[in-house]
Parts: sequence; structure tokens; C-alpha cells
Amino acid sequence: MSKYLLKRLVMSVVTIWAVVTITFLLMHSVPGNPFRTESKMPPAVYENLLSQYGLDKPLPEQYVIYLGNLMQGDLGASMKSRVETVNDMVSRGFPVSAQLGGQALLIAIVFGPALGSLAALYQNKFPDYLSMVIAIIGISVPSFIMGTVLIQFVARNFAVFPIGGWGTWNHTLLPSLALALMPLATMARLMRSSMLEVLNQDYIKTAKSKGIKRSAVILKHAVRNAILPVISILGTTISNLLVGSFVIEKIFGIPGLGRFFVQSINNRDYPLIMGTTIFYAIILVAMLFIVDIAYMVIDPRIKLTKEGR
Amino acid sequence: MNKKKRAVLLSVLLVLALLFTACSGGDNGDNGDNGDNGNAEPKILRTNNSSEPGSLDPALAQGTHESWVLDHVFEGLMKKSQTGEIVPGMAASYEMSDDGLTYTFTLRDGVEWSNGDPVTAQDFEYSWKRALDPETAAYYSYQFFYLKNGEAFNSGEATMDDVGVKALDEKTLEVVLESPTGFFLELTSFYCYFPISKDLDESNPDWAKDPSTYVSNGPFLLTEWVHNASITLSKNDGYYAADLVNLDGIEFAILDDANTAWQRYEGDEFDFLTPLPQTVVAQMTEQNNPELVIGADLATYYYNFNSEVKPFNNAKVRKALSLTIDRESIVTDVAQGGQTPAEGVVPYGIPDESGKDFRDGSGNFLSFDAAAAKTMLEEGLAEEGMAVADFKPVLLYNTSEGHQKIAEAIQEMWRVNLGIEITLENVDFQVKLDREKAGDYEISRAGWIGDYIDPLTFIDLWVTDGPYNDARFSNAEYDAYVKTARTSTDQAERMEAMRKAEAILMEEMPVAPIYFYTQPYAQKSYVTGIYKPVNRYPYFIYADIEK
Repeated sequence: MSKYLLKRLVMSVVTIWAVVTITFLLMHSVPGNPFRTESKMPPAVYENLLSQYGLDKPLPEQYVIYLGNLMQGDLGASMKSRVETVNDMVSRGFPVSAQLGGQALLIAIVFGPALGSLAALYQNKFPDYLSMVIAIIGISVPSFIMGTVLIQFVARNFAVFPIGGWGTWNHTLLPSLALALMPLATMARLMRSSMLEVLNQDYIKTAKSKGIKRSAVILKHAVRNAILPVISILGTTISNLLVGSFVIEKIFGIPGLGRFFVQSINNRDYPLIMGTTIFYAIILVAMLFIVDIAYMVIDPRIKLTKEGR
Repeated sequence: MNKKKRAVLLSVLLVLALLFTACSGGDNGDNGDNGDNGNAEPKILRTNNSSEPGSLDPALAQGTHESWVLDHVFEGLMKKSQTGEIVPGMAASYEMSDDGLTYTFTLRDGVEWSNGDPVTAQDFEYSWKRALDPETAAYYSYQFFYLKNGEAFNSGEATMDDVGVKALDEKTLEVVLESPTGFFLELTSFYCYFPISKDLDESNPDWAKDPSTYVSNGPFLLTEWVHNASITLSKNDGYYAADLVNLDGIEFAILDDANTAWQRYEGDEFDFLTPLPQTVVAQMTEQNNPELVIGADLATYYYNFNSEVKPFNNAKVRKALSLTIDRESIVTDVAQGGQTPAEGVVPYGIPDESGKDFRDGSGNFLSFDAAAAKTMLEEGLAEEGMAVADFKPVLLYNTSEGHQKIAEAIQEMWRVNLGIEITLENVDFQVKLDREKAGDYEISRAGWIGDYIDPLTFIDLWVTDGPYNDARFSNAEYDAYVKTARTSTDQAERMEAMRKAEAILMEEMPVAPIYFYTQPYAQKSYVTGIYKPVNRYPYFIYADIEK
């Protein structure tokens, strides 16, 4: 097990280094320049800016400098903000996004598998139809529509939900809901099909014939096995939710990390592009790592190394 | 499941639980969305600043979302009155030498920084030189190129001591210009020219990053800045004209989604809002809503024609394209934001030598004449060895629903009126700017916001090899008129030169102006005293809330 963990750790570091390098190269190959604005500046001013951010140096030299700084945990200075460094932005934006994502995840994890199980247990009956209607809405309605609908019909009519902004817990309710809907729907659908499959297995029939209570069969045998596909998507779901959603943060005016992803690319803010991408990569790799372990623990049939047998 | 596995599973669940709980502590306190708490409430004006400022240091600021805040917390040597005149601000008076090159400002008595230190002439000298310093790498350092040796210092060809600004004593500032600059006083009210405290900047270069160390000299003070969420200003009781300031504070939310911002305005969470979504302006106009005000703006929306690319090197081709744009229809049916059809490159709002609007004195150069245009296009194309059927230009514009609608409308106008099919190419903003700079386009959408209130801010854009001349236009006669406008101290002569320059430009048509921007805004009925300078965002300095 420890050998497996070490191997996974090394692979994770290599993955992150590859992300850094590929992002760096792609970023500099995209046309556009961080210092071009509609009110174009004289060449001398432009040169001064390039020199301040080291963009006048050859690309390999910039890469080496960047890696050196990265080793020391320094993500660099933003080219658009002269107030905050990329480290400041990430450490300020992440808790906000993570709070929102955490709440959304909680909603999705609680209601997604529950709806899916309900649908499977009452296949082709009303609870099934209701659950799947919710799931289809969640998957097919884009979050910017959902956010706008929530603002228009919920926030505008109920003072307890502010229309936008950030500050109190009330500000987080609608955006969490809007953010939760898609993963909730995905989990519900996965859980439904997986549960249907499990319910038809022989060991469930055996358990039933042994006279075990229905609730115990469902919870102990069916759900435990059916939940595996849901767990397998948990890593990417958690990392997606935790680092923030650009659309939801933009619509609700939330000062999270998600907005930086798109803004940084639009502005060609190189250090911010790198910083947010690396941060996302780290979270994603870490989550996949954790999920792999959780998977192994929940399903004893899964053995990852020879030593594990 | 054995004990070991249970422990691992429990740990995983604990980590997840910790993530939820640890992250839920982010209560930053009420950001002030609910200003009304029932009692004798302070007069706080609530509005939205659509982007997070990159800096609130006057030298490092670079956009309206920064200057809007700066205009309220700082003050320059001169300022704008309630009616838009340039009047003394930090300066009590000034003198100009006969040759128009030297200005000597005398500062007011008793003007102070918010930390109690006096505002001195040395502060101005320090701030302006700092903005010009190549080490500072300020975007807007070129706004100081009017100072003697300003450009030379910024490009490393002169020293800081050579720059034409000097504090003669604590109260006297002498400014020497490179050449006579008729709008220099106007410039001293522009945010780049705001002073900062020399002592403070030398002792703490990071002063502008935190409200607790932020020191300014204007009618309001920066009291809170929650990044990407809100900026709060409070009245500066130490401001020398504090009795003219009625508001106790201003709250800027930072919300970049115009539709949500509008929902908040409608939901009474904002007292004032600009910019407004285009559909909202159209709807409010139709309903004759008294809360809508069409504010003036100093900006022109136009299309560049790349004069170095065939057949756009031919003026007849360029002019034919311009003649077949129905500007009235674009403004009323497509843009619908209260804009004015363009009549030239210089928008309304700039006075000429006699105080009348420069635009009124120049007239409308941009008529619609499809029949004449068709003949002109055929002639122009024939001169370049092309036929109408071969002419399939590409129009480059940056991603925006508004730009796309206008481009599609013009595409249709050219198809119907000239029988040509153009292709629309949509790229992101930075790519468009890059391609314009490299000359890699045929027709491109562009816009220009005037830096100061003088026609020159528009007229000199297309001088030969000028840094902003993306159309790559070159005309010796035009260059000569621009030179006169730049150097003459005789206002009548300058204005006449600029009228002639604009006439050449509209005859040669390297750019096709489409409309003059306006700045529509919405204000609640209880808000009064807002003044909108033609080249700035609205001022709340003299505003009041009368509920």
C-alpha cells in the first residue's frame, strides 16, 4: 500500500510539472498581449511594461525563472492587478469558491444519490419520473440560465435571498443551489442506473430470500455497491466545484477563484493564467488521489497492486 | 471492512467534512448592501463599479473602473465645477507665460492629506515624475509627455531632473511644457495628474494596497476595499470644500454582470447605475422612464480600413463603404443605447474657440448615398484592377454581442447597397488589438475615448506613423494641420486647422465613423446633484439623497 501511495505521489508531481510546462508553452503561443489596450500606448511605455514583467527576456529564460519562483511557492505578480499578487488572489478567492463549492457538493451528495435510489426503487412510477425530470433539468439547463432564473424569480420576490454580492451566508444560498444542480443531476442518473443493475443481482435476491429486512438489503447491499460509479466521479466533481464556477460567480458577483480563470485568459495575464491552472491541477490531482483510496476501501474487490492481494 | 480500512475511510470523510466547515467561515461582514436601517440614516449612495480596480494609485490606474473611484478620493491642481468648468482645485491660482509654455501654480492655504500632512508643491513634482519614471511602468505615463522632456525621460533619453516640473517652494509649482498645450489646465484635473503624498510613498511604497494606509486629498476617503466585492468611501471632513459635499459616503459594489447589476438597481439595492444593459436602455427610452438619463460621452465608434491593403489603399473604395452605412438605423434599430449617429470623427461636447460646439461648427461629413457609392466603388475597384465580384473583404471585430449585431447590420447594408459579400471574423479583444497593430486585417472595429476635451485628442490619431494610426493612413497636408493644432497658441488658428484636418480625413476616409457614444445611466428619483462630465464617469461629489 505504501509503495503504491509513493508511486502515485511521484506520478502526481510529474503530472503537475507537465501541466506547468504545457500551459506555459500554450499560453505564450496564443496571440494577444497583456499590455495592448484600445488606447494604445507609445512604444517606450510599452517597452517599460514588458521589461517590468520580464517579458523582454527569451522564453526559455522566462520559463526557468518561473519554475524557480514556483519551487519557492511564488506564483508571481498579476499583470492587471498592482494590488494583489497571484498568491494573494488564490488565497483570497479559493476560500470563497470552496465555501460555495462545498455547500453545492453537500446538496449534490445528499440529494443526488437519494433521488437516484428513489428512482430505481420505484422504477417507472411517479418518484422515478419526478427524479428524472429534476435530473434532466439539472443536466440540460445551463447554470447561467439557472442563476438568472433564481435571481429573477426567487431573489426578486424573497428578501432573504440577496440579488447578488457577497458577505453574509444568505448571499451563498442561491449560487450554491445553482451550482449544485448539475452534479446533483449527474449523480442521480448514475445512481439510478447503477442501482437498477445491482437490484437485479443474485446476491440481492439471496439476501431477500433469507428474510433480511428490505431497508437493510437496500442500505447494506444495494446502495453500498451502487454508489461506486458515483464515487468515481467525485474527484473531478469536487475539484470542479471547489475552484469555482466562472458563470455563477460572475452572475452573482461572487469574489471567488472561478472568475479569475476566464478573466486571466481574456486579459492575457500570464502569471494569473499559470497560477490558477496550477492550483486547479493540484486540487484535481489530490482529489483523484483521495478518491482512488476511498474506492479501494469501499470495494474490497479492487486491488491496486500486487502487494495488495 | 477491517479496522484499518475503516480508519482510512473515516479520514477521507473527515477531510471532506473539514473542507466544508473550514470554508464556511468566510463571512466578511455585511458589505453594506442594506443601507437602510431605519434610524436617521447616513446618506450613502449605492452604485456598481463594473470591474475590480487594478490599482487605486493615480499613477498606476488605467481605466474607468479605477478613475471613477479616484475622481472621488483625490483632487488635482484644477478640478471640474458642478457645471463642468475647469476651476482651481488644490491650486488657488495659476499664471501662464506669454509663450504658453510655462505655468506657475500657487497652492491653496491649508490643504491637507487625510493623515493631516500639508499638500505641498513637492508632492506634485514627486508624483508627476514618478508617473513618468520608466521604473514605475505606468500605462498612462504618456499623458505626461506634454511636460518638457517628459517623453525623453520615460524612454531613458533624459534624466528625472530634466523634466519640466519643479517645486519652487512648498506652495509654488512651476511647470514647463514641451510646446504650448491649450488643454493643459484640463489635464491637471485628470486622474493621472492627481498628487500623492511624497513622504508617505517614500516611507511605504505599498500604501495604496490597503485602506488602512491609504492617504488621499479629495472629498471622500477610501475606508474599505473587499477585493472583487465592494469599495466603500466616506466623506472627508478635512476636505477644504467639505461643506459642498452632501453625501456621507459612497458604496461601489464590484459586479461585472450588467444584467445582475440592473436587477439590483430594480430591487432598490442600488441608487444609481451605469452602464446599463442595451435592452434596458431601449426599454426605458420607449417607456419614457424618468430615471433614465442619457449622459454625454467623449468617444467615437468607427471602422478602420487598412490603407496598406488592396483595394483599401483606394480612397474611393473606402468612401463608398462609408457612404452606404445607414448610421441612423444602426443607432435606433441596432445599437439602441441612446448613441448619436457620427457626423465626423470628433464627437459632440468639445467647445471651439468661440465656445460653440466644435461639431456644430464643422457640420455633418457622413451622409448616406447608395447610388453615388455604387459608382464610386466600381471606379475605385477598377483603378485597382478588381471587379465588384472579386471584392470579398473580411471585417474583424472582437467578441461582443453588440459589435456582432452592428457588424451584421453593416454586412447586410453593404450587400444590399453595393452588392458585395463580406465575411465577419470574430476574435477575442487582445487578438484584435494585436492584429490591428501588426496590420493583419482589412476592416476592423475600433473605438476611441478622448483623453482630454479638445478636438486634437481625436484629430491627431491618424498622423503618418502615429502610434495609434492602425488604418496606416498618410497624408502630408493632414500632418501639417495636426502640427499647427499641436503647436499654435492661437485657439482660432488651431481650431481652423483641426476643422480642415477632419475634412481631409472624411474625404480620404481611412476610418468610417459610425456613432458617437453616450453614457446612459439610471438614477432613482431621490438622487440629485449628479454631474456627468463629458469625458468622465458621473461625479457624486455634489450629489445628494433626498428621501
